[in-house]
Amino acid sequence: MIEEEEIDLLLKDLYEVYGYDFTQYARASLKRRINRLWTLDKFPSFAELRYRVRSDPDYLKRFVEELTVNVTEMFRDPMYYRTLRAEVLPTLMAKPFIRIWHAGCSTGEEVFSMAILLKEARLLHKSILYATDLNPEVLESARQGIFSMSTMKQYSENYILSGGTTDFSTYYTAHYGRVKFNEELAEKMVFSTHNLVSDRSFNEFDLILCRNVLIYFTKTLQERVLTLFDESLAPLSYLGLGSKETLKFSSIQPRYKQLEGEKIWRKIG
Amino acid sequence: MAENRLNAGHSVDCRVVVIGGSTGSIDVLLRLLPALQPPLSFALIIVVHRRNTADSTLAHLFSLKTSVPVKEVDDKDVIRPGTIYLAPADYHLLLERDGTFSLDDSEKINYSRPSIDVTFESAADVCGSSLVGVLLSGSNADGTAGLKAIKSMGGFTVVQEPDTAQVGFMPQQAISGGAADYVFDIPGLIRFINDLNTTRSR
Repeated sequence: MIEEEEIDLLLKDLYEVYGYDFTQYARASLKRRINRLWTLDKFPSFAELRYRVRSDPDYLKRFVEELTVNVTEMFRDPMYYRTLRAEVLPTLMAKPFIRIWHAGCSTGEEVFSMAILLKEARLLHKSILYATDLNPEVLESARQGIFSMSTMKQYSENYILSGGTTDFSTYYTAHYGRVKFNEELAEKMVFSTHNLVSDRSFNEFDLILCRNVLIYFTKTLQERVLTLFDESLAPLSYLGLGSKETLKFSSIQPRYKQLEGEKIWRKIG
Repeated sequence: MAENRLNAGHSVDCRVVVIGGSTGSIDVLLRLLPALQPPLSFALIIVVHRRNTADSTLAHLFSLKTSVPVKEVDDKDVIRPGTIYLAPADYHLLLERDGTFSLDDSEKINYSRPSIDVTFESAADVCGSSLVGVLLSGSNADGTAGLKAIKSMGGFTVVQEPDTAQVGFMPQQAISGGAADYVFDIPGLIRFINDLNTTRSR
């Protein structure tokens, strides 16, 4: 078990040596992630772990990737996607372009889900999906649009619950236990590294989706990120958060109206 | 020493009680909750394995059984005594040193999210000896490692008597693993938890 002071040392190293700032990540979860890596990678002591992180840039990639949580699925919380279909996308139809930002997209499952929604609403041709994450590794995986076949049954069920009416398997080609999603879906995606802790806004968007990312941040960092989103959202655009996250208690809340029953807010002020 | 502290009953400095359960544990909770004597002097945190859905019917069901406020945890909720907190489906529930909850949707542990071990270990880390961990009926090995963590940080651990559990596997794992300070049947559990409550009515 890592000591609090050792976590502080490690976080200081990550910042000083590599510029990654994890000091405003929620501590309990971060501690678990570090302990998990310590066990998985069998470091005999903290000193070995620290030395490896400081001196081995290849190990750092693994460390950062494992420190951050990259669990995601397609059409997670199907009702959420149902609301996007029924209430959000129709109000964006008249726009000449639709810009969407998936902040903290991980391995891309939600980006592909969104592309499917847009295609079915006949909006994909005029949309751009910006997908960002702080991990270059997961972005590379997202860019390929290749997922495990074993998850497709669950995703297909989620898709149907979200209001999907097509045969889900028409969106991908299966090959040796893996599936590759159609190129057509990926054509409008732009993948880039972006660190919510330190990077700025890079465009104006009609919809920002950032689900189950803020839970890993302290309130201070949450406030910073929500302000960044606020600065990046056009009038009457939307912000979607995870099912246990909220705008309540944030300074941007007065300018937003929550859609009934979902963690989706519309910018009204 | 543990005996003395137990016999002293309400002198146990308990600020948080965390209850974990799986198959067969809801029935135990539905008997326990109406027997609580509010106001509670501690925060009561419940982690039960649930279907992977976002619905909040379980919190509603619990709230019908007690006058103690029941809340399914949202990110960064403040942990207050006198309140029952339910771990939301599909998230691990952790405790922060600043007295708030945090949520985590990382990998399942023991095939479970929420995992009982995750909450027990996190609570042990933050609450130390002011924590009581209770493990109920279930068919999974979740909870044993967490109870050990609670013990090692000076907290108390209590396990449902496997014979009285709908599925005795989970509590039996804990007992065999040496993770249980006490083993109680359901009336015993109820009495024990009420004895921890220093502000109860009556």
